[in-house]
Amino acid sequence: MKVVLENLTKRFPNRNRKGDDVIAVNNFNFEIPDGKLIGLLGPSGCGKSTCLSLICGLQRPSEGKIFFGDEDVTDLPPENRGVGMVFQNYALYPHLTVRQNIVFPLENLKGDQKMTKQAMEAKAMEAAKLVQIEPFMDRRPSELSGGQQQRVAIARALVKTPRVLLLDEPLSNLDARLRLQTREEIRRIQTETKVTTIFVTHDQEEAMSISDMIIVMKLGVIQQIGKPQEVYDDPVNLFVAKFLGTPPINVFTGTVKGEKLYIDGSQVLDVPGVSDQEVYVGIRPEGFILHDQGSFQVRFGAVEVMGRDISIVSYSDASENPTIRSIIDSSNKVEPEGGIIRFALKPEKVHLFSKETEERIRVTRNR
Amino acid sequence: MDYKSNKAWLYLLPAILFLGVFMVYPLIDVFIYSFEEGYNSASQTSFGVGAYNYSYVLHDPYFLQALKNTFLLVIITVPLSTGIALLISAALSSIKVLKDAFQTIFFLPYVTNTLAVGLVFMILFQKTPYSDGFINNIIGFFGGSAVDWIDGPYWAKMFVLCLYTIWIVMPFKILLLTGALASVNQDYYNAARVDGTSRSRIFFKITLPMISPTIFYLVITGFIGAFKAYSDAVALFGTDLNAAEMNTIVGYIYDMLYGDSGGYPSYASSAAIVLFAIVLTITCINLLVSRKHVHY
Repeated sequence: MKVVLENLTKRFPNRNRKGDDVIAVNNFNFEIPDGKLIGLLGPSGCGKSTCLSLICGLQRPSEGKIFFGDEDVTDLPPENRGVGMVFQNYALYPHLTVRQNIVFPLENLKGDQKMTKQAMEAKAMEAAKLVQIEPFMDRRPSELSGGQQQRVAIARALVKTPRVLLLDEPLSNLDARLRLQTREEIRRIQTETKVTTIFVTHDQEEAMSISDMIIVMKLGVIQQIGKPQEVYDDPVNLFVAKFLGTPPINVFTGTVKGEKLYIDGSQVLDVPGVSDQEVYVGIRPEGFILHDQGSFQVRFGAVEVMGRDISIVSYSDASENPTIRSIIDSSNKVEPEGGIIRFALKPEKVHLFSKETEERIRVTRNR
Repeated sequence: MDYKSNKAWLYLLPAILFLGVFMVYPLIDVFIYSFEEGYNSASQTSFGVGAYNYSYVLHDPYFLQALKNTFLLVIITVPLSTGIALLISAALSSIKVLKDAFQTIFFLPYVTNTLAVGLVFMILFQKTPYSDGFINNIIGFFGGSAVDWIDGPYWAKMFVLCLYTIWIVMPFKILLLTGALASVNQDYYNAARVDGTSRSRIFFKITLPMISPTIFYLVITGFIGAFKAYSDAVALFGTDLNAAEMNTIVGYIYDMLYGDSGGYPSYASSAAIVLFAIVLTITCINLLVSRKHVHY
């Protein structure tokens, strides 16, 4: 089931009534293709959870429409939309067993949708099997680990075979190791059920690793929509560039003069097609190449060994971040001369942004 | 006993000392008096030892009346007050406008003096040569005949006593229940809404189990409180409760000690031990039931 949002807006009245309304979701327009896993990504307070509530139906939009397929669901209450929702804290009923929790949505069905006990049980077992929690059916949520609770929550959301599955920060309550495991699990479940899934996260790594498509938001406004790699390689503005990637992108202040880029006074790169101006220069950590004759000089700080790669920490007056991080292959030997280290830069890993608007400045590469 | 546990006992000493002197010792003493026939607290003497006190108390029509009154009071007021308090709290938590104002209003009886409230109830219900009382006026308005609520038939007096008790205990229950309702995570309700749960099912399957510990707490303390009722009856019917047929067990004990028929500490002790046994039994049953139904 594809999900289409049209001019979706949600305004909350300001607390002290004089101020302007708070716009949590500002004029969203996008279409989520059928059967895809979508990551709604943004820092906290950017309206991503509100957006999810709107799609779920727990909140009414101030303006705009929501379509599931061709059906307008904007005015439908949540139970008639056919959505499954997994809450951040899972919201499993503590007084019910896993089995009772999973069966709960089925017991709500009325009229001709009503199911027999056996049918419900079979459905619940099917959902439990999918998320691999069959051994724990008679336990209570408090007797399960966080990851297991998460799976029960997913099973409960899936048991009614929803048209759209919504996950609110599904991994935030898990520890690092479980997070890796669970996100693969979510991907697997999504691939098996082929249900259109939207999940909200503030963790870009999480979103990039499992999503078919990510939507980056800031203050209620969509910044960029695209495949994770595309958004990473080709950010539309400084915010998106900074938000994606660990270690984060290195940002420098620079100047463009005569289609050449200067950082800290030295000419580092040709930037054809860019007019003379002050710019922010974003360089991905993997965009540095150790080079004796490299044009980009920084003060050497330390080397952090990470096994496959090494990370060089260095400093520059032009850097906006306190430290510069560059990741290079560990076969390289780092030999700073007089505390200075030289890099050459990979042009495709260097992004220019306008100093005023922070929007991307495109460089005409193939001339 | 090693040094460490010696130290622990030392920390416990003040509590043990005070509890022992003011709780355990009197309790044992009462137990002993209850078996000493004709104990005289002034001369510290008694005629003999035996179960006669119990026999007397259990055959005393006043005690049986008090027992009946107390049981009726417990059985009527505890479920009713808890149920009504639950309804009011549920209503309070689902409204938005004037919520605080209503909460304050419902809490007012808690900070009002029992005897003052008794006076108000007297004005509402009492029939005097000059007026039938407020409630009787209302009944008269609807075509009913006036009832003497305070000095009239037994059921009328019991009704007023129950109403008064319910009214007195309600605010505390509402306070605790609204707190319990507010502490139920909103996500449970959202999850239930997404799953299309009906309102009544949400209330019975989610809300009630979630606040069940508070409900059981209220029921248990309600039982104990109602068994110990005395001042409420005094506030409504004056100190001569036996004459009014409205005595309670605690009232009977008081009368045996200090009332007009006073000076019988042995009988009072026996009655107190009987009350203690009843309350203990009921509380144990309550705890067993709650253990079965409160799961987390």
